[in-house]
Amino acid sequence: MSKEHDRGMSVIVKTVTRLTVGLILLYGIYILSHGHVSPGGGFAGGVIIALSFIHLMLAYGKEAALKRIPSQALSFFEGFGAIMFLAIALLGFTGGYFFLNFLPKGEPFKLFSAGIIPLCNIAISLKVGAGLFAIFIALVLLKFEGENK
Amino acid sequence: MLELYLLLIFMIVGAIVAVELKDLLSSVIAVGAVGLGLSITFIVLKAPDVAITQLVVEILCLIILIRSTLKRDLPFSTSGRWFLNTMIALSFIGIFLFVAYKAIGDLPPFGYPIMKVASTYLKQGLAQTGATNIVASVILDYRAYDTLGEATILFTAVIGVLALVRRIGRKKSVEQEGSDE
Repeated sequence: MSKEHDRGMSVIVKTVTRLTVGLILLYGIYILSHGHVSPGGGFAGGVIIALSFIHLMLAYGKEAALKRIPSQALSFFEGFGAIMFLAIALLGFTGGYFFLNFLPKGEPFKLFSAGIIPLCNIAISLKVGAGLFAIFIALVLLKFEGENK
Repeated sequence: MLELYLLLIFMIVGAIVAVELKDLLSSVIAVGAVGLGLSITFIVLKAPDVAITQLVVEILCLIILIRSTLKRDLPFSTSGRWFLNTMIALSFIGIFLFVAYKAIGDLPPFGYPIMKVASTYLKQGLAQTGATNIVASVILDYRAYDTLGEATILFTAVIGVLALVRRIGRKKSVEQEGSDE
């Protein structure tokens, strides 16, 4: 990619991105936090969150996206999501067995219901979102370096 | 439980045989026997979906391994024993057809609801997990083991991609190539 591309795309794309990227992020958070009530869940929500950052990166260049979420934070979230999922599973041993739904079930159709399922969704979305964005960054940087030679 | 112990002993013996044999192809086939024993063990432990996965992956791995070892050494010869070989093959075909006939006779008739586990999930899902999205209650409560496995696979895949395309190792290799030249 040329240096022109590093600075981002045209003004139209940048403006549209500025207006929509927050909505996309919010939609991802909605999808993952309502995963136990409506269709969706951790995986889809995590992918949408990653896509919002990818959107930002395509429009503004890699520095703008990496300034908001550095790659160290990505590695942290990737590992944190995996460990959180495993920790939720292990906490089931407090009531008897692996992956026991030990939290109170709550009322159906409410946001705070279904015990551990929303927490699992959050853990999976952290893992999936951070992992996919990390892969995207790695492939983009690979392409930059390959063309610099 | 007896059949479980028999299967475990069979698998341990198969693994020891696979390690100890000098012949590569026989060793690969012993590994395949261990994998098939593991698949039958999953059926005994009432986990048919894992058993199907294990069986398919085992067959694929076995084909790849045999394909890669077959060129190395082909120690056995089939010439001169055609009568015995044909008889053994025919008898195995007969045994297989007989067992398959028995097994198909045990299958429920077409359209009969055999998904007892799934119907339990559908009926009890809301009461037991509190999640109104039945998919979420299955993948994160009843079958959370599967989700854990898939999350581990994704984690490993991300680590693999990042390790392959990371800058540190590649720069070194480029420098080494440069110094070699």
